[in-house]
Amino acid sequence: MFNRIWVLFIARNKEFYRDRSSFLWNIIFPMFIIIGFSFMFSSNDNAQYKAAVFHKYDNKPVMTEIRDQYIGLKSTKFIEFIDYQNLDAALEKLNHHRVDIVIAPETGVYWVNRTSPKSYMAERLLIAAGAGSSDLNGFKKETVNGSEVKYIEWLFPGIIAMNMMFSALFGVGFVVVRYRKNGVLKRFACTPLKPHEFLIAQIISRLFVILSTTIFVFIVISLLFDIKCRGSYLSLLTVFVLGVFSIISMGLVIASRTSSEEFANGIMNLITWPMMFLSEVWFSLEGSNDWILYGTKLFPLTYVVDGMRKIMNDGASLADIKINLIVLAAMSIVFTAVGSLLFNWSKE
Amino acid sequence: MDKILEIIDLKKHYPGVKAVDGVTFSIEKGTCFGLLGPNGAGKTTSIEIIEGIKKPTSGTILYKGRKPESAFYSSIGIQFQNTELPQFLTVKETLDLFRKFYHHKADLDYLIELCQLDDILKRDNRKISGGQKQRLLLAMALANDPEIIFLDEPTTGLDPQARRHLWEIVQKIKSEKKTVILTTHYMDEAQILSDTVAIMDHGKIIAMDSPQKLLKEYCSMSSIVLRDFYDRDLLTDSEYEVFETEEGVEIQTSDINKCLQYLIERKIDLSGATIRSQNLEDLFLYLTGSQLRS
Repeated sequence: MFNRIWVLFIARNKEFYRDRSSFLWNIIFPMFIIIGFSFMFSSNDNAQYKAAVFHKYDNKPVMTEIRDQYIGLKSTKFIEFIDYQNLDAALEKLNHHRVDIVIAPETGVYWVNRTSPKSYMAERLLIAAGAGSSDLNGFKKETVNGSEVKYIEWLFPGIIAMNMMFSALFGVGFVVVRYRKNGVLKRFACTPLKPHEFLIAQIISRLFVILSTTIFVFIVISLLFDIKCRGSYLSLLTVFVLGVFSIISMGLVIASRTSSEEFANGIMNLITWPMMFLSEVWFSLEGSNDWILYGTKLFPLTYVVDGMRKIMNDGASLADIKINLIVLAAMSIVFTAVGSLLFNWSKE
Repeated sequence: MDKILEIIDLKKHYPGVKAVDGVTFSIEKGTCFGLLGPNGAGKTTSIEIIEGIKKPTSGTILYKGRKPESAFYSSIGIQFQNTELPQFLTVKETLDLFRKFYHHKADLDYLIELCQLDDILKRDNRKISGGQKQRLLLAMALANDPEIIFLDEPTTGLDPQARRHLWEIVQKIKSEKKTVILTTHYMDEAQILSDTVAIMDHGKIIAMDSPQKLLKEYCSMSSIVLRDFYDRDLLTDSEYEVFETEEGVEIQTSDINKCLQYLIERKIDLSGATIRSQNLEDLFLYLTGSQLRS
């Protein structure tokens, strides 16, 4: 049995690195992630709001109060100021949510878009800039103690996990469906090879590919952006590997019977998109509807992202994230079992 | 003689179709059994049931007098009609992969020599010709040094030279006392390779014997082919069997002279006529009224 799994594992790895397009894609896509990260985090401003500044009368004196308030706003972090010479163009951008506020500092007039939450927030910032930072009506400022988690450190585990999800689901699912479609699986079926042997070989081959590319990306980004992992790397590897297992085996359930690549593609998209947005890869779902929060608990990616963040950001140990590990292990076992049972060598 | 396989009243029904409709035959050890018939006759379904890939609706299969068990499935080799090879692997890697699935393996060098794969061992599976692909598939079917080999239309789509090449290999396999089960819609292939031929149509076996006996029994007549002659009505009251074929009209007769005389009397133009002795294809035409390859 192990011999058959081993020879298939080797054969699949050879296929993978000889298939130039898929091989390059698996190398290049993580590169894009690195490059994308470099652009997103190269400057520290990371603007959340965009203000259009309309200059009509250059060097014309303005009222002191307005000037102070404008200077106060300009010193606020996370606002990007863009100069415009044409008021109509600036208002057009505001109308289409391309900018959040339009300010004419020389006249003291500003425009907001009443339908835009960000426009509302920008207006509040402008008003606050005039009020002075000391006027907090008794609120006292404290900063988060110990190690503040940088935004990039929060986002990074999510991106890594998301990349893994795509590679795990599509990488294995498509190969199995293609093999079934062209009859290679039918040929395998008349050898002593068992479905679970075939599936395990596919899983470990993909796991091997995902681990090597992810470790490479992880090291490069960690070094470039000084990302700290507060917990142990071994714990991180454990939750990640369990995550890969669960998602590959999920792909094998999808690919267990169909010989239509289009159908498999549709189902995988149907699964990846909600996972991408509802597993807190990009943004926190804190305070969302209950049914969304329950829904996210169905996705393996949620547990991977959460587990990785707890280890990297909070220094959690494996015991701290045991729920995540148990759920991922259970999902892997259930999906592999269902995938093996449903598995069909030949076309329906 | 030793019966290695017995198939008794095998049936496979799909909704609205009787793909295999009560087929019975037996195969002697070390012989080649040919299932001859047009596409859709039920040949592939029959052998896939024997191979254990499809479940029969009813019927019995006996391997050496007993129900086939795992020993049977590990002692057969299969070449399917349409299978692709794993992509991105070379010929040698593919053959080696399949060999390693088995405990009992054929010698790699022997397979390479037998199936003449020496020149293409390092070539990618996607870059080999149709004939080379069939030879590799045949070598894969022999990977476990099987006792029984199933070949499902092994030469369909190959050029004449590649077909002859493959026949030579099958002859060599036969000479090693292995049992071969072959499906084909080429009568020459069935005639050359098989010790016993079963002619199938619409899920039933309509004739079965050695090719020589079948020819002697059914094909002692000659055929006169009138090319581009479609006016069959002119011949309706004749005593001869007349068939319409792709080429024109075919008349079967046991007395050439008398038949030609008759045609001349009818003032039928014989300038494009050909005369030949009959083969299994004519037998099929005789039994079913339709052509093998139509």
